[in-house]
Amino acid sequence: MAVITYRDALNQALAEELERDPDVFLMGEEVGQYDGAYKVSRGLLERFGERRVVDTPITELGFAGLGVGAAMAGLRPVIEFMTWNFAILANDQIINSAAKVHYMTAGQFSCPIVFRGPTGAALQLSAQHSQALEASYAHFPGLKVVVPGTPADAKGLLKAAIRDDDPVLVLEGEVLYAMKGEVPEDPDFVIPLGVAEVKRAGADVSILTHGKMVNLALQAAERLAKDDVDAEVVDLRSLRPLDLDRVVDSVRKTNRAVYLEEGWGYSGIGAEVVAQVQENAFDWLDAPVLRVHQTDAPMPYSKELEKLAKPSVERTIEACNRVLYR
Amino acid sequence: MAGAALERLERDELLGMLRLMLLGRRFEEKASESYALGKIGGFCHLYIGQEAVGVGALAPLRDDDYVITAYRDHVQAIAKGVTARQVMAELYGRVDGCSGGKGGSMHLYSAEHRFMGGWGIVGGQIPAATGIGWAIKYRGGDQVCVCFMGEAAVNQGAFHESLNMAALWKLPVIYIVENNRYGMGTAWERASSLYDISQKACAYAMPSAIADGMDVLEMRATMEEAIERAREESMPTLIEARCYRFMGHSMSDPVYGVYRTKKDVEEAKQTDPIATYIEGLKQADRLTTEDLEALDQEVRAEVDDAVQFAENSPLPPAGDLHRDVYAQINDHGDLFFEGVGAPDPALGRAAGEVAD
Repeated sequence: MAVITYRDALNQALAEELERDPDVFLMGEEVGQYDGAYKVSRGLLERFGERRVVDTPITELGFAGLGVGAAMAGLRPVIEFMTWNFAILANDQIINSAAKVHYMTAGQFSCPIVFRGPTGAALQLSAQHSQALEASYAHFPGLKVVVPGTPADAKGLLKAAIRDDDPVLVLEGEVLYAMKGEVPEDPDFVIPLGVAEVKRAGADVSILTHGKMVNLALQAAERLAKDDVDAEVVDLRSLRPLDLDRVVDSVRKTNRAVYLEEGWGYSGIGAEVVAQVQENAFDWLDAPVLRVHQTDAPMPYSKELEKLAKPSVERTIEACNRVLYR
Repeated sequence: MAGAALERLERDELLGMLRLMLLGRRFEEKASESYALGKIGGFCHLYIGQEAVGVGALAPLRDDDYVITAYRDHVQAIAKGVTARQVMAELYGRVDGCSGGKGGSMHLYSAEHRFMGGWGIVGGQIPAATGIGWAIKYRGGDQVCVCFMGEAAVNQGAFHESLNMAALWKLPVIYIVENNRYGMGTAWERASSLYDISQKACAYAMPSAIADGMDVLEMRATMEEAIERAREESMPTLIEARCYRFMGHSMSDPVYGVYRTKKDVEEAKQTDPIATYIEGLKQADRLTTEDLEALDQEVRAEVDDAVQFAENSPLPPAGDLHRDVYAQINDHGDLFFEGVGAPDPALGRAAGEVAD
C-alpha cells in the first residue's frame, strides 16, 4: 500500500468517485482554481472541468441549499465547507432541509449529498475558527456523521459517504491533512458507515474516541504501556450510525472506559456514548466512565490558555489512571 | 396583456384555469371547515384570494417541469397535478396523503408530479430551487423550475444568495414572489426598505417583471415569457405577483384585526380573482351561466369526494414512525438513539422495513 497524506487520501477519494459516477460534482469556496483552501481538491478542476468542480461565491447557506435541491433532483453533490465553522451559516439547509427530505416526503425523495470540510482547533485561531462541531450534527436524525482519524479512514469513509443515499457529513481534522499513512489503492475500497475500529487492542481500559483524538489516544496508550497499563483504543469513525456493539464489547472486556473528544463535553458525543454504555454494560463496569474534552469555554487565542483548554495526552492518561484507581 | 390572452387561448384552456381556481377555492373552504372540526391539525395556511397566481403561473408548464414552494402550498400542489384526494388525505394525516401523513399542510410533496414540496422555513426553498435549476442545466435538459415564495422571504439572505448564483450561472429558475402584502402580521412597507420587489432583480442583472397577481391571464402571460427565457436562454426571471390574502396568515389568525381593518379586506375582495375572471370570460362570450354552474357542481363533487377519501384513508401504522428516516440503512450501525438499545422491531426496525 502507498503511504500518502490524509489530504491526498481525500483527494483520491474525490477523484475516484468523480470518475466513477457522472452525477457526482464538487462545489464550494475555492475548490477549483485555488485548488482548495487546504488543497484537498488539488488538480480536480484541471481533470474534471468547471461543470464538475465548481467555485462558488462566499455563500454557505446558498450553495448548501443548492446542493440539497440538486440532490433531490437526482445528482450527488459533494459540498465543501472551507471549515465547519462556516457551515453554521448553512445549518438551516443541513438540518431543516437535508436531514428531513426523505422522511417528510415519505421516501419519495432522498438527499444523497455529502457536506465535508475541516473541523476542530488548529493553532491560535481563537473562538470562531476552533470548534469541533460533530456533536451538534450527530443530534439530528436523518443526518449521518463520520469523522476519519487516519488517511485510510479518510479515503474509505469519504467514498462510502459519496455512494450513500443519505446526507452524510464528513468532518475532517484540520491538523490531520498532513498526516501520512498507508492507504489502499483499490478504487472500490470503502469503509462502511457505522463500523468502529479497534485501533489498538488492550485489556485494562478502553479509550473510546473519534477523529483527530485517535492519534492522541494512541499516544496516551503508548505512554500508559510503559506503566504496565494495557489500554485499548476504539475509534468510532462514525458517530451516526454508531457502532455501539464494538464499544460495548470493548467495555465488557476491559471493564473500564474513558471517552476522549475534541469538542465540548456538555451534550457531547461522550455524553451519549457513556449513557449507552451504562445502559448496555453497567454490570461489567468496575469504575464510573470518565470523559476528557475541551474545557467549557470558547477557545482562547493565547497559546498558553489554548493549551489548557484542549484535551491532551496527559489528561487522557490521568483519566485512565483514575478509572483504574491508580 | 390579459385581453390578448383571452383571444389567443382555446376555450378548454380558459375554462381549465377557471376550474382549477374554483377547485382551489372550494378545497380550501372545506379544509377550513375540517380544521375547525379538529380533523386537520397543525398550522394551516390558506391561499384564498391568491388562486390566480398559482393557477396562472403553472398553467403553461410541462409535466416534466419542477415546482417548489413554501407552506401556503395546497392550491399550488393541485395546480401541478397532485389530486385533491392526495392533498386532503395529507391534511388529514392519513397514509394515502401525498406525503404519507408525514408532512401535513406545510409539507406536500409528489415525486410523480415533480412537486418538490412545501417548505416550512421562510426562504428555505429558494436555494433548493436554485439547485434543481442547477441539476436541469447539469444534465442539459430544457425543463424549468418554478419557485414560489412570499414577499417576506425576499428579506432573507437565502433569497440574495440564490438569485446571485442563478444569474451568475444562468440557471432556468423562475422565482415568483407572491406579494400578498403581509408577512404574517407585518405589512410589506414595514419590513422592506424598497417597495418595488422587481427592482431587486437589478442587483443580480436578472430579468424581472411585475404581474397583477389578481389576474390569472396576466399571470399566465408573464410566466410564458419567463418560461421561454428559461428554456431557450437558460436565464432566470424574478416575477413579483401583486396579490392579496383574503384570510388570516394561518388558521390561528383572524381575517382582520390588529394589522388590517375589515374595510381593507372588503375593499380587496372587490378584486376577487375568480369573480373578475368569470366576469371577463362572460363579457368575451367564452363562458355561460350554465357552464359556470356545471363547473361549480363538478368541483364541489370533487372536493366532497376528496374529503370522503381522506376520512376513509387509514391512519399511518406505528411502523411508519421509523420508516424513511434514512434511504439507506447500514447493517453495521445503530441509526436510532432510542434510550434502551435498539428500537422495537414492531416500530419499524424490522428487516422488511428497510428496503423501500
